[in-house]
Amino acid sequence: MGIRFILLVNKQGQTRLAQYYEYLTLEERRALEGEIVRKCLARTDQQCSFVEHRNYKIVYRRYASLFFLVGVDNDENELAILEFIHLLVETMDRHFGNVCELDIMFHLEKAHFMLEEMVMNGCIVETSKTNILAPIQLMDKAS
Amino acid sequence: MALSGMRGLSVFISDIRNCQNKEQERLRVDKELGNIRTRFKNEKGLTPYEKKKYVWKMLYIYMLGYDVDFGHMEAVSLISAPKYPEKQVGYIVTSCLLNENYDFLRMAINTVRNDIIGRNETFQCLALTMVGNIGGKEFAESLAPDVQKLLISSSCRPLVRKKAALCLLRLYRKNPDVVNVDGWSDRMSQLLDERDLGVLTSVMSLFVALVSNHTEAYWNCLPKCVKILERLARNQDILQEYTYYGIPSPWLQVKTMRALQYFPTVEDPSTRRALFEVLQRILMGTDVVKNVNKNNASHAVLFEALALVMHLDAEKEMMSQCVALLGKFIAVREPNIRYLGLENMTRMLLVTDVQDIIKRHQAQIITSLKDPDISIRRRALDLLYGMCDVTNAKDIVEELLQYLSTADFAMREELALKAAILAEKFAPDLSWYVDVILQLIDKAGDFVSDDIWYRVVQFVTNNEDLQPYAAAKAREYLDKPALHETMVKVSAYILGEYSHLLARRPSCSPKEIFAIINEKLPTVSMPTVAILLSTYAKILMHTQPPDPELQEQIWAIFKKYESYIDVEIQQRAVEYFALSRKGAALMDVLAEMPKFPERQSALLKKAEDAEVDTAEQSAIKLRSQQQTSNALVVTDQRPVNGSLPVNQLGLVRMPSQNMEASSHDQGLTKENGTVSTVDPASTQSADILGDLLGPLAIEGPPAAAVSAEQNMVPGLEATPDAAGALALATVGDQSNSVQPIVNIAERFHALCLKDSGVLYEDPYIQIGIKAEWRAHHGRLVLFLGNKNTSPLMSVRALILPPTHLKMELSLVPETIPPRAQVQCPLEVMNLRASRDVAVLDFSYKFGTAMASVKLRLPAVLNKFLQPISLPAEEFFLQWKALSGPPLKLQEVVRGVKPMSLPEMANLFASLHLGVTPALDTNPNNLVACTTFYSESTRAMLCLIRVETDPSDRTQLRITIASGDPTLTFELKEFIKEYLIMMPASTPAAAAAAPAPAAAPLQPQSPITPAGYNDPGAMLAGLL
Repeated sequence: MGIRFILLVNKQGQTRLAQYYEYLTLEERRALEGEIVRKCLARTDQQCSFVEHRNYKIVYRRYASLFFLVGVDNDENELAILEFIHLLVETMDRHFGNVCELDIMFHLEKAHFMLEEMVMNGCIVETSKTNILAPIQLMDKAS
Repeated sequence: MALSGMRGLSVFISDIRNCQNKEQERLRVDKELGNIRTRFKNEKGLTPYEKKKYVWKMLYIYMLGYDVDFGHMEAVSLISAPKYPEKQVGYIVTSCLLNENYDFLRMAINTVRNDIIGRNETFQCLALTMVGNIGGKEFAESLAPDVQKLLISSSCRPLVRKKAALCLLRLYRKNPDVVNVDGWSDRMSQLLDERDLGVLTSVMSLFVALVSNHTEAYWNCLPKCVKILERLARNQDILQEYTYYGIPSPWLQVKTMRALQYFPTVEDPSTRRALFEVLQRILMGTDVVKNVNKNNASHAVLFEALALVMHLDAEKEMMSQCVALLGKFIAVREPNIRYLGLENMTRMLLVTDVQDIIKRHQAQIITSLKDPDISIRRRALDLLYGMCDVTNAKDIVEELLQYLSTADFAMREELALKAAILAEKFAPDLSWYVDVILQLIDKAGDFVSDDIWYRVVQFVTNNEDLQPYAAAKAREYLDKPALHETMVKVSAYILGEYSHLLARRPSCSPKEIFAIINEKLPTVSMPTVAILLSTYAKILMHTQPPDPELQEQIWAIFKKYESYIDVEIQQRAVEYFALSRKGAALMDVLAEMPKFPERQSALLKKAEDAEVDTAEQSAIKLRSQQQTSNALVVTDQRPVNGSLPVNQLGLVRMPSQNMEASSHDQGLTKENGTVSTVDPASTQSADILGDLLGPLAIEGPPAAAVSAEQNMVPGLEATPDAAGALALATVGDQSNSVQPIVNIAERFHALCLKDSGVLYEDPYIQIGIKAEWRAHHGRLVLFLGNKNTSPLMSVRALILPPTHLKMELSLVPETIPPRAQVQCPLEVMNLRASRDVAVLDFSYKFGTAMASVKLRLPAVLNKFLQPISLPAEEFFLQWKALSGPPLKLQEVVRGVKPMSLPEMANLFASLHLGVTPALDTNPNNLVACTTFYSESTRAMLCLIRVETDPSDRTQLRITIASGDPTLTFELKEFIKEYLIMMPASTPAAAAAAPAPAAAPLQPQSPITPAGYNDPGAMLAGLL
């Protein structure tokens, strides 16, 4: 299955973007997010980017105030996911230009569009930034 | 811009952002939800733009963790909006808010389909993505052909095809039948020729899913995968857009190597050479570079290459190269690489021959146990646990013990358990083992489960040499201040039993022992008090001649507890007091505990995720296979005569003797009084055969055969004894003359999973079956087809039903004309749950050839199941309501045929167990519901939960619950048979195999230990 969920959380633990590729009830999501955010945010830069939680492995990366957390299966290639996070950030960067937390917050729908072009059903669909951004640019032009 | 156009949404988001606390946020959200609700109620007044705005707000609120239980319909309705912006919102929000179980989603299927088959590419993409994310079974059934068409269409652009590939993957997971294995291997092979890396990335994910279920079908794709890998590794024909920090799509490289790991080997020499060339290049050519991203990406590829090399069982040289690399990794500064080094080294332990090379890194691994990062420490612990054997157990266990006092609380229990297991498994001598466990309890008492101290008591009890040592040790610990209560328990227990062995040592007189133990009495909890009372009684018993002073002290304590609030303690106090006044009688009652029977360590059972060493594992596997074959009662012994006693009336008392005989040795008796009607026409033939009675050696043991013979005496008397031994001999010979041309066992197992097909075939006849099942009734039709140009004579069919089935076979004509097919309906009614199998005893004559065969009939347990899917709340309600044995049974099953979760889900589906995805939050678990129908239970709900261990597919834990204990047990065993060994691989059962699946039934009602406070009882119950 690969990617189970992608979460963007700020330093205060507020969720800025959440996309799940398996169905969890609201309560389960709340509990899960609470637990992993607590675990990951407490870690230092000298520690590795992988945290084992329940049956997930969380691969995470921090960019300024924002944490990108990706829940994957235990046998997923961790470094590939770690760089996939960076690819997502670079893609956002290319679109927003110096992307920051507020961009993602106030352009929730764009963040969703990008993610939708990159991941489907927990699998990676596209890794070319040009291709990922094409539909959004098309739309921007139209409006 | 879409959002700048939605001012209301921006305002709402800023409002939320400005909230000072959670409470304010909640108020603001509630207000907004109220607002949206009112607007939606008055839907006519809403423009698509407004709808879109509100739907985004809902998504935002949902993301914040608030329940949004309305408006789903509005979100779904946007899908059918004509304009792109609205449609897009509809699709995206629908996939975020809804899941496949929502009814309105089904209502949208048509709209979705129109978008998929329509001409608008962007609409196609939206629809494919939504279906790919949340499409359910209905989608699979109605959309799969369209999606396939898009994927393989040459006129479709890559942007649509890549989505179609992943959409198909989802549909395939929902219903594997949508991808026809035969047709797809060629198609897949063509798809892997794709040049566009976006499409290839998606296709590779689809391929991994397909190949993981049917490796054999996709051999032709293997060279293609190697080609792709070569293309990427050599950077040939790769667009700049698909290189990441100079590395051609690391993700596709990783995925391709993952796909290759599903093939057991690479046989073709040139493909193998090419693959190893690439792997060698990756292994040697990956350098550490400054740029973090580049470094990560290249190492992602490197680690996957390592995994593939390990999988392919490369030459030893290459393996050592891998271990050397990993050895380097576990010592680097970069924490990620260190972590992955340890993780992969643990995987490497599975490769034979490299353990010794890994051991060279032991010191470094032990250092990692003290790493500042818990993730790394966990990996180190796992690795140490895995690499431990007799040669290094002492070092490793002592390290673990040392680490225990500083370890994180989160890890201590696991650590204690693992140390205890290793100490037991690899103890060079038993006194060392006792030392380790006592140290464990001393250092981390809170984290030492009861199992651990029960186990040490068991060892001490069973090893006389150990007893004085253990008693002395226990005595030493009691001198320590601030003792953990578990230590008090174990010391008191051991000293109670064995302190007399210390009698001559200093400060070990009964009085002193009593005094030091009694010091702890005021501070311990009730279960420990109970143990202490037993210890006192034992001390009294051992003090010979009695010491009046000690006696007085102990009696005073017994007296004190005589009216204690806890009934267990009260009873002990009263009884011990009374007994200890009896003098000599006490000696008998309180004699030393007898040895425990050898049992498998409860600890090992507990450490479910612990790797069992391979020898042990295969032993377990072997054992479970033996059990299975017992259950199936497959015997090579052909009956001397396949006929059955039939009396003139045409009514036969079922030859239950056979069943009894065959099941006697299993410790199981059953009555069988079912009456089956037999075709009057065939009574004649039955008559002819009737006198040829012989022992029906259904199953081997001579005793059984003898009893069968004795039981059949009435039958013998009822038949004319004219036809003598001669006839018996000839017919006996003849009955072997016709050989089946199909694998009967395989046929039977296939029919257990489907409802029509061939049951039996030989050169003269083919027997087909078609079945329909409704609740606890079934109607089978037997198709008896004569394949020849001469008639089949003396045809006789007799049903041997097990006790739980009522079966009635209609008339079977004595003769089947040439080239004719006869249909014989068979009515079945299920009375209760059982795994026993009905048998069709079939015989005929063709010319001089006489054929007789006993065929198992596929009227098995799962035919009376009907899968259902329960909503989560309902499921959990039922699950909780059915608590504990015998209604809910749990068992750890080992020696499971390794299969992936989708494979297991398929298996379950074919057994009519409705797998409910996502009900269990743990992705390694599987939850299924089904309804069982029988006359006694009527419709009864059964809940099944399987917990698998991704690191060891050969074991799992299964829990079954239903309202009927027999059903629960039978269903559990039934599923187990399928998990342990796929029946298709059963060795071809001899044609004569009657196999009324006399299961090794042992009424397995797990007993809750009575008198839970009694250590003896506890030990007996738990070890």
